[in-house]
Amino acid sequence: MMTETGITEVGLAGLSRMLAKRQVSSVELTQEFLRRITQWNPLINAFITVDQERSLADARLADTLLASGKGSLLTGIPLAHKDIFCADGWLTTCGSKMLSNFVAPYDAHVVGLCKAAGMVLLGKTNMDEFAMGSSNETSYYGAVKNPWDIAAVPGGSSGGSAAAVAARLTPVATGTDTGGSIRQPAAMTGITGLKPTYGVVSRYGMIAFASSLDQAGPMARSAHDCALLMNVMAGHDARDSTSLQRPAEDYTRTLDQPLAGFRIGLPREFFAEGLGSEVAAAIESALAVLRGLGAKTVDISLPNSALSIPAYYVLAPAEASANLSRFDGVRYGYRAPDYVDLDDMYEKTRAQGFGDEVRRRIMIGTYVLSHGYYDAYYVKAQQVRRLIAQDFARAFDECDVILGPTTPETAFDFGSKSDDPVAMYLSDIYTIAVNLAGLPGMSVPSGFDGRGRPIGLQLIGNYFSEARLLGVAHQYQQVTDWHARVPTLVREGVSA
Amino acid sequence: MSLDFQDVRRIAKLARVAVSEQDTHMYQHRINGVLALVAQMQAIDTQGVAPMAHALDVVQSLREDVVTETDLHKKFQAIAPQVAGDLYLVPQVIEHDD
Repeated sequence: MMTETGITEVGLAGLSRMLAKRQVSSVELTQEFLRRITQWNPLINAFITVDQERSLADARLADTLLASGKGSLLTGIPLAHKDIFCADGWLTTCGSKMLSNFVAPYDAHVVGLCKAAGMVLLGKTNMDEFAMGSSNETSYYGAVKNPWDIAAVPGGSSGGSAAAVAARLTPVATGTDTGGSIRQPAAMTGITGLKPTYGVVSRYGMIAFASSLDQAGPMARSAHDCALLMNVMAGHDARDSTSLQRPAEDYTRTLDQPLAGFRIGLPREFFAEGLGSEVAAAIESALAVLRGLGAKTVDISLPNSALSIPAYYVLAPAEASANLSRFDGVRYGYRAPDYVDLDDMYEKTRAQGFGDEVRRRIMIGTYVLSHGYYDAYYVKAQQVRRLIAQDFARAFDECDVILGPTTPETAFDFGSKSDDPVAMYLSDIYTIAVNLAGLPGMSVPSGFDGRGRPIGLQLIGNYFSEARLLGVAHQYQQVTDWHARVPTLVREGVSA
Repeated sequence: MSLDFQDVRRIAKLARVAVSEQDTHMYQHRINGVLALVAQMQAIDTQGVAPMAHALDVVQSLREDVVTETDLHKKFQAIAPQVAGDLYLVPQVIEHDD
């Protein structure tokens, strides 16, 4: 574990300067990352689809723009999109057999924005099927390996994006977060990830899981890089009816703001039973660093946070069962080869096209929405959701930002939770409440356990405080180097 | 509340997911595990709490009622499992009289 200084370690601002000065071309940069993908993807399995010709065409276009002085800040910089985002002409599978033949006929809003900024698409990253999972083990395309330890899961559901950034297969990537799917894999792979306030990034063209919770965000090596990608991703989109109309923000504007007098709230529920001792120690060390930068800590309480998992496992499956009803084998995607009538076609298509976890969540959602159970489950969960949101509202009277662990433990071994859904769900115990409340949250690298597996701390802010969260993370990253560590396996170039 | 074998068969039918008899037992076991987790919600009194449907209680925006999309049916139907004459084909659902 040490830092190094090759082109893969240069941040987005540095790459942008190098491209502007023609010290490197976008084609050269793209070729380097494609070479690394060719070398490492057979082992890491972070990408489902790579299309070198298409990426290089993007890069040549970017070089033309740069040469004519028409480039923007991120023009020519490569990125990877989670395979949940439709990208025109690209296979877009959502990690499912159901969409294993689906070549998207249009761009998601986020994909269009990155394209308009002149960024180069390196490929589509692996993920838990339909974003339902916390370990990447539910992907139809096989699990992603954690670059820090290939016996460990990378987290999920944006595990492919997280592993790709950690293994230096891309400078930056997009992810989506419904219950922790950006923050949890970011923590487990030692990278920085931001889930914005619900409604800040358009969901248009992002394959829906639980529409009232789903939110896209950046995944990168540093808070600074996340801020720069947020500047491209955020903004109102009339094609998403929940997209918020707000003035454009520069997410880098408070990166350099000092933390003197800043109040950090520590929810006692996040430091209670269930938190691993090595994670707890790393968070304590991080707090000492932040206090050294002038921040103050205050004890707060989120009394209903333990109920976030029960409420989530009603609301998310309910919304998923409705959203996934569109996969019927009629208009696109997989259709079962043999059937006797229409119902039989639906049932066999969905049984064969969906994996076990997705089928189970659809069935749970169908049940909680069914006649006679709606009030006991769905309405109750929505009431609990409000109590959880009110807890946060009260807490933000006492502090500027909330800090705790992102996950109770570091990356676990493959297979260790895959037979026990409830144990798997508990991996998201600190992240889910943030989605229920619609707040922004991020994960920041803050150490390693005794086995060398990364630890992440979570920052939670009030609505629209993304820039402030990024600022706290940036200040922390100015005086620590956890985010700059390179996985030993990748650094030493052990052959795949 | 826990589900019995027939409940699971009924839900699978409602969800249009074919489940074998053998798999029904597996789903019954796992879904009941999740429902036991979900039941923890019953520990608190939520009487009088307004259900929260959405993260931010904002009104959904409406757009002008004008056509904004162009006709892309050829592009969209190119990826459909079965199409004939601009129509999506499915198994026959209405019986012929003759």
